[in-house]
Amino acid sequence: MKRLLKGGRVVDPANGIDGVRDVLIDGDRIARIGTDLPVDGATVVEIPDGLVICPGLIDMHVHLREPGQEHKETIASGTAAAVAGGFTAVACMPNTNPVNDDANVTAYILAKAREANLARVYPIGAVSRSSKGELLADIGDLRKAGCVAITDDGHPVATAILLRRALEYAGMFDMPVIEHCEDPSLKGDGVAHEGYFAATLGLRGMPGACEALGVERGVLLSELTGSAFHVAHMSARASLRAVRKGKEAGVRITCEVAPHHFTLTDEMLATPLAYDTNTKMNPPLREAEDRDAMLAGIADGTVDAIATDHAPHHYDEKKVEFDRAPFGIIGLETAVSLAFDRLVHAGRVRLSRLIELMSVNPARILKVTGGTLSEGAPADITILAPDLKVRVEAAKLRSRSKNTPFDGWELRGGVAATIVGGRPLFTNPETRMSF
Amino acid sequence: MPDTKSAVVMDADRISRTLTRIAHEIVERNKGVEDLALVGVRTRGVHIARRLARTLREITRNDIPTGALDITLYRDDLMRYAVGPQPVVRRTEIPFSIDDKKILLVDDVLYTGRTTRAALDALIDFGRPKAIQLIVLVDRGHRELPIKADYVGKNLPTNPEESVRVRLQETDGQDEVVLQQEATV
Amino acid sequence: MTTVHDVEQKPAVTSLRSKDLLGIADMLPEEITLVLDTADAMKEIASRPIKKVPALRGKTVVNLFFEPSTRTRTSFEIAEKRLSADTLNIAIATSSVVKGETLADTALNLEAMRPDMIVLRHASSGACHLLSRICRSAIINAGDGTHEHPTQALLDAFTIREHKKRLRGLKVAIVGDLLHSRVLRSNIHLLTKMGAHVWVCGPPTLMPTDIRRFGVTPTSHVEDAVAGADVIMMLRIQLERMEGAYVPSLREYFSVFGMTEARVKLANPDVMIMHPGPMNRGVEIASEVADGPYSVILEQVANGVAVRMAVLYLLAGGADYEEAA
Repeated sequence: MKRLLKGGRVVDPANGIDGVRDVLIDGDRIARIGTDLPVDGATVVEIPDGLVICPGLIDMHVHLREPGQEHKETIASGTAAAVAGGFTAVACMPNTNPVNDDANVTAYILAKAREANLARVYPIGAVSRSSKGELLADIGDLRKAGCVAITDDGHPVATAILLRRALEYAGMFDMPVIEHCEDPSLKGDGVAHEGYFAATLGLRGMPGACEALGVERGVLLSELTGSAFHVAHMSARASLRAVRKGKEAGVRITCEVAPHHFTLTDEMLATPLAYDTNTKMNPPLREAEDRDAMLAGIADGTVDAIATDHAPHHYDEKKVEFDRAPFGIIGLETAVSLAFDRLVHAGRVRLSRLIELMSVNPARILKVTGGTLSEGAPADITILAPDLKVRVEAAKLRSRSKNTPFDGWELRGGVAATIVGGRPLFTNPETRMSF
Repeated sequence: MPDTKSAVVMDADRISRTLTRIAHEIVERNKGVEDLALVGVRTRGVHIARRLARTLREITRNDIPTGALDITLYRDDLMRYAVGPQPVVRRTEIPFSIDDKKILLVDDVLYTGRTTRAALDALIDFGRPKAIQLIVLVDRGHRELPIKADYVGKNLPTNPEESVRVRLQETDGQDEVVLQQEATV
Repeated sequence: MTTVHDVEQKPAVTSLRSKDLLGIADMLPEEITLVLDTADAMKEIASRPIKKVPALRGKTVVNLFFEPSTRTRTSFEIAEKRLSADTLNIAIATSSVVKGETLADTALNLEAMRPDMIVLRHASSGACHLLSRICRSAIINAGDGTHEHPTQALLDAFTIREHKKRLRGLKVAIVGDLLHSRVLRSNIHLLTKMGAHVWVCGPPTLMPTDIRRFGVTPTSHVEDAVAGADVIMMLRIQLERMEGAYVPSLREYFSVFGMTEARVKLANPDVMIMHPGPMNRGVEIASEVADGPYSVILEQVANGVAVRMAVLYLLAGGADYEEAA
């Protein structure tokens, strides 16, 4: 089937396009982009004013929880949340149960993703067996089965030597190693950012240095091995400093920041709701200078990607004492609004840079197709509504879990529609888009 | 705004003469002041008790032990109504044993009798007095419990809508008893 | 001749704003004064032949202790009984390994029995906040993790006020394991709110981050902390701290920070030595000091009952259970 998206503003930084264009979709591909394209039997979709057509957004850090923790999220519910959030693809983390450390688990995940038939799913495999940090997982097998990167996310790779080997080995397949950067002994049994608010509330702290130590280790080993190293969910200014220095020295290092780390600070531990477990995640919400450093890094290009670290947890699991609650919050369905509200409308980045952060760069880092609207590319398209007034309502989110600190927030910017392989999988009734 | 009309029913002079009269009655009825002790109910009862102690000393040349009783924790309306703040508790100071004494319990106004009931309960927790006699400056009627004053400064018939305010030099800067009429809304 | 003193000043407030006592951090100075004034009235009850008043008659108070504690629990129990409340002690033995029923579920089960007040001691900071959101009962924090222990700070303040007649302008030195101490946090909040000058002293390894932001003067030199002090408060240092590499040894801790007679001499001549207990003699405090003339440690214990009676009384009043909202 042919669809002609007519008269919308197209922003495709990879191809240097920012202007009104028509987009012709043929089947699951982008057939043509140009001005005043002939209709030629296509279904015409008039794009309302104010919307923006861009390459499909890719969230490179999502926990889909399946297999093993389906009470929190399933691949079906997670990919539904993804398309509602404007994402045409997600990369899912291996800390499932069982861990995605072998081809069978990878195959299972891909099968479930096909069954759900919503957002594309790119599995990330484990660095070590069961992520225990002792023996390398069968990385070649994982690659063949469809994994795009490896990580022991949840914690750092256990030892420098293992990380070195993983970088060397994965480098053979040109796969990046994604690292949850942290020094476990410094982290101790910390549950919050070590600072004034944790001190007031009597919560054990983990300092920014704890994350930065892991980043420094990764930079050095990436330099040593020549392989690609990606810093997951960066939050501390000291980490940003280390990334910047590494890039200046030509090291193959990239990094991502989650929306909560460029929006919130550790003050949220105390207000509006003291000990709100929806403010507990790892790495934690840090002090204002760290948050501001993340914003600066996003603006000046040091930060490569925005990724949500979507971490669903069941209501019962979060309704406990702060230090017993699991780390993590969901993020797929609030990312775009937070990015618009806090980055674009706040004047920190232009729209084209946002699309680099949320589409072009994730595709490049994971070496997957996407990030462009080139002719012949898969028709993975996100239609954004930069001025849409959005009110976050946790109860209405499509994710199975509702552990978000943003409930009730009013933000400016949202998603009008999400198209994956030419199929419109999400349409926002508030934007008068219809297919 | 409710209209308040007030009338002074006892002035300073009258109060002074009344307390003197009561002091003499105390001596007469008890045939002296042996074994007597005064306990004033906070707050104004305490000042009245002290004045009585002074007058009794002038009359008899004897010191009567005097104490202050806070009955807040014995009130029967504590914690009962959703009306917010708790009444403020103050210190009780009874620096003598009340066992085998005749306690003269002193209060400013006798109304429903509930304050006196609370005071009696409190006193019993302090010991076993030989007797308890009640002294009030004003008895305004409308008893809800079987309580009777032994010494009354003034009997003042009132309506429930009215309120009786006792003002004393020590707390309010002047001595007077005022009957206030609150117009019903 | 017997005289009667009465204090006629009306307190600035006559009730507490919150339904719970979760911490000193949320209290106004006027509310702290109200508690101390009320405790003063309550203290007298302990000297009566019948140490009981009917104020909380018919009220049910549950002492829910997830951490063992003889001292605090006994103190609360006596306070509750002196106010004629019905008390229920639930001691839950937990270790971090044994999981069992969640606090939330325990609370809901209790709620069903409609207690008027719950006194909670728990190993997790913020446990009382969680309970307060779940239960309609008034929650009194008897110590949550390393967060606060408000009744301890209130009884400390009461003890100081009895001796010094004020809190404003006093130099108070608090020495010990500041990082892990909930008593410290509560005391810092209270003393700074009431205008005292607080010095905190301990090794940097046991100093909370950003301690200056609490309005105190931090130092690692105990001599500086106690110089001219009106009050010295010692905090417990636990054996486990050696394992976390916070201090090399308890012996060394005593030599650098321990409260000895020599150090006490640097303080004001009428200094008060305080300790929330239980004491580690020879670790944070020398026995001669603990038992010496400046020590008010046993008074603190006695005052604990009066202060807790005041808190129970002030929180129990007013709204009927059904209409709480």
